[in-house]
Amino acid sequence: MVTLAIESLYISTRGSPVSNPKRGGSLNSTKKIRVLVAKPGLDGHDRGAKVVARALRDAGMEVIYTGLRQTPEMIVRAAIDESVDCIGLSILSGAHMALFPKVMELLKKEDADDILVVGGGIIPEDDVPGLKKTGIAEIFGPGTPLESIIEYIQSHVRT
Amino acid sequence: MSVDELVEGVLAGKRRSLARLLSLIEDEDVRAPKALSQLYRHTGRAHIVGVTGPPGSGKSTLVTQITKELRRRKKTVGIICVDPSSPFSGGALLGDRIRMQEHALDDDVYVRSMGTRGHLGGLARSTAEAVRAVDAFGKDVILVETVGAGQSEVEIIELAHTVVVTDVPGSGDDIQAIKAGIMEIADIFVVNKSDLEGAERKGAEINAMLETDIREKPWRPPVLLTNARTGEGVAELVDKISEHISCLRDSGLLEERGLQRSRDELEQMMEYKLTHQLLTELRGRPEYNEAIVRIAKRNEDPYTVAEKLVMDFLLKYREDAG
Repeated sequence: MVTLAIESLYISTRGSPVSNPKRGGSLNSTKKIRVLVAKPGLDGHDRGAKVVARALRDAGMEVIYTGLRQTPEMIVRAAIDESVDCIGLSILSGAHMALFPKVMELLKKEDADDILVVGGGIIPEDDVPGLKKTGIAEIFGPGTPLESIIEYIQSHVRT
Repeated sequence: MSVDELVEGVLAGKRRSLARLLSLIEDEDVRAPKALSQLYRHTGRAHIVGVTGPPGSGKSTLVTQITKELRRRKKTVGIICVDPSSPFSGGALLGDRIRMQEHALDDDVYVRSMGTRGHLGGLARSTAEAVRAVDAFGKDVILVETVGAGQSEVEIIELAHTVVVTDVPGSGDDIQAIKAGIMEIADIFVVNKSDLEGAERKGAEINAMLETDIREKPWRPPVLLTNARTGEGVAELVDKISEHISCLRDSGLLEERGLQRSRDELEQMMEYKLTHQLLTELRGRPEYNEAIVRIAKRNEDPYTVAEKLVMDFLLKYREDAG
């Protein structure tokens, strides 16, 4: 009898299975790292965030960018709905000590603190230990090579 | 998370479960079809509306405005926005949410961005299954925004009940409008950015194009002018969207298309399943590889060999089945 095991029933609605024999083997072959690049607070400068977003895209990640002036609630909602593996927070207004911990608190409340959170922007060295204590994994200041950010995310997201 | 937990969560309206399932679908995880198979009987209730049109014609902004109007009418809304993946890195910058901030915290709106991941046709390969998951989640209307589409990204027609095609003033002449492809798939035409010069003329050109179609049809696509930035014309658009689904229902077309879609899907699944089964069996055999060599050397032809292999395969299983 032909066994119709349901796990091998996975099909694309289009596209020939023959042209993509990989699908016949390990089906879990297309996993992509999804990253939310978010701008909390009121500053209107997102060139840095856009440069990072673009670099992550060029490294093969799917980057969701939600624009300026996001509240922590909006950021956490987007992160959950989009099922991201990593959140990159960028801030230049100086409000990081208020907004970053708020994001972490909401993630915890939503049981989503398995998401890797990194930060960037203008953040004084002295603030970094405090931020890390709230669960922010790493802070990337100005001048950080893009490769370091990419490598950090690739090696630290949950798998 | 187990498949049962996922299914339970989606049916209970948990956003995290839906989000998780959508990732499994996109990543082609083996758990996705198991979950979808359990969810299938809970689907088929949502009105699926496609929004397509050239890049920059205001699709995302229009989707936001349509959502706003639907929420005013107490409808719950799922939104799936498809953006292109890079052909070089495979990555993507998914930016449609930027224009959807107004609904960022509305519990009755769920927004999800998808990269095409190499698929052409205006959608991602897994968009149809993603829509199915959102349908099971219980949203009344599911808006699917395609990638910025040109003339042949018409896959949305296989997925949506109602297709809205957006265009803007000043894009091409009246012959562009009569060409095949995207202009043919519209159930509703929208000339967006109606505040720009030439909007009326663009609308008139599309209407003139529609008048060249003299076939008898239950639905003639209306041409609407909107300004998605201000929301002008959007209430009329939402009226037309619901009129269209009513028309499909009343004319029997909805049922007819539903049957056609079910047939297509079943046949595609069987085709995949059979091909997969056959190839798995053949690829390990030396005589299969020898046959390929003989075909390459022109000692045999692929027409005869294919016929023989498939017939042998089917006969063998018929005998096994007794």
